Amino acid sequence: MNELPQQLANGLILGAMYGLIAIGYTMVYGIIQLINFAHGEIFMIGGFGALTVYLWMPAGVSLLAIIPLMIIGGVICSVAVSTAAERFAYRPLRNAPRLAPLITAIGLSLALQQAIWKWYPDAKKDRSFPQFKGEAIDIFGAHIQRGDLFVLITAPICMIALGLFVSKTRSGRGMQATSQDPDTAKLMGINTDRIIVMAFAIGAAFAAVAAVAYGLKNGQIGFKMGFIMGLKAFTAAVLGGIGNIYGAMLGGVVLGIAESLATGYMSNVPGMELFGGGAWKDVWAFVLLIIVLLLRPQGLLGERVADRA
Amino acid sequence: MTALLEVEDLRVAYGKIEAVKGISFTVEAGQVVTLIGTNGAGKTTTLRTLSGLLKPVSGRIVFDGKPLTDVPAHKVVSLGLAHSPEGRHIFPRLTITENLQLGAYLRNDKAGIEKDIQRAYDLFPILGERRKQAAGTLSGGEQQMLAMGRALMCQPKLLMLDEPSMGLSPIMMQKIMETIVELKAQGTTILLVEQNAQAALSLADHGHVMEVGKIVLSGTGADLLHDESVRKAYLGED
Repeated sequence: MNELPQQLANGLILGAMYGLIAIGYTMVYGIIQLINFAHGEIFMIGGFGALTVYLWMPAGVSLLAIIPLMIIGGVICSVAVSTAAERFAYRPLRNAPRLAPLITAIGLSLALQQAIWKWYPDAKKDRSFPQFKGEAIDIFGAHIQRGDLFVLITAPICMIALGLFVSKTRSGRGMQATSQDPDTAKLMGINTDRIIVMAFAIGAAFAAVAAVAYGLKNGQIGFKMGFIMGLKAFTAAVLGGIGNIYGAMLGGVVLGIAESLATGYMSNVPGMELFGGGAWKDVWAFVLLIIVLLLRPQGLLGERVADRA
Repeated sequence: MTALLEVEDLRVAYGKIEAVKGISFTVEAGQVVTLIGTNGAGKTTTLRTLSGLLKPVSGRIVFDGKPLTDVPAHKVVSLGLAHSPEGRHIFPRLTITENLQLGAYLRNDKAGIEKDIQRAYDLFPILGERRKQAAGTLSGGEQQMLAMGRALMCQPKLLMLDEPSMGLSPIMMQKIMETIVELKAQGTTILLVEQNAQAALSLADHGHVMEVGKIVLSGTGADLLHDESVRKAYLGED
């Protein structure tokens, strides 16, 4: 049996999740040049927000009916924590040397993990996440679990909505202007503080959607889940060209598929038998990053523009 | 009659270094007023303070009857004060049209915005020809035209131009100066900062010479143009 379609589908599912999280890194970086290392934890908190909503629901209601409420709950938690972090942790450091907000972000990342570990009921171990029941669906020769359909549907919707927002609305235009030249954006009457909050909020909302997808796929969520997913998503953002929203999505998908193919096929390559299988997938993800950065330092869709002639 | 812009004993500092050391001047509606002086005289600092990008240490700024000192930068433009910054600072990855639209960010009258974009194209035909082009691909002079056109898009009561001739070829500089004369004829009030004293003084109603953060000499454009110390210091005559 040909297993290529299956590997591609697995990669796409994983990659769509990376891409959704990567949007948050890339938007914030594009506007204030901050690598928000706490973004992985914003993703994790979205998962716990969604789980909380699920646990509030009376038994017997179908998961499909609860999913929208879980998304809303996750988004509210992620956006609240992310915008609070912007307001109270990052904004006071806006004019400080770059290292200061970066270290703050790392500290915040640890603090948020520990807060969930300490105060969320039974979060010291992984908590189980609701699952869609039913057979896998066959599409183009690939088995796709019902829970995985979630990210395949929501990720494109999120991307299209974001694309329209950035290119068609006044705030979106303001966002582009702020990322290209913040001081001049102010001279146009753009409230750049509000634009920055908006970037954090959109990134957080997308991360929460990704967290629901993660829970549905893996059947459990935990306080540490943001670390490796955040790192991969950050890699995806750099791979696609940091600062570029389409690059983030593309980088995510490329990374996901590369991981999946390396896992599936590397052991078939003569001399590489040792390096196949799931244990090596992170290695291949970062090898890909290094190769792309060597050949195309600005990332796949990154632009080199003659700013300020 | 009160002036459109009144600046009184304005002081601005970067940390401990005072860049503007207590300057006062006014701009009447319909006038072109110029600040001239060498690099580091505090001209750009003055404009950036007026538009709210820098906070003054002390002093008073009154624009159109309202105090400006505590107004954040993004609200200043809604009062009718437009600033075309030094170095042009167009948005390089947006098209010319999008740059102009951003100049009208706070306006809601779609038809009026369209009309003013057309007006910018009439003023600078080259911008109209290249309207779909990314602004970063324009030449320096064209970028300057775009920066001026963009500043006009908010229908300002006062247009502040910072070094519009910087780095331009003599022909392009000529073109920019002609445009300023044209804008003045249409009744636009302009505060012009220039290193090219000759060009600035010959079209200004009023001029102020700045040196290390202070206004050292003021007068009508014509007076300053014929002032001996100005000719020596800024017009390269012995």
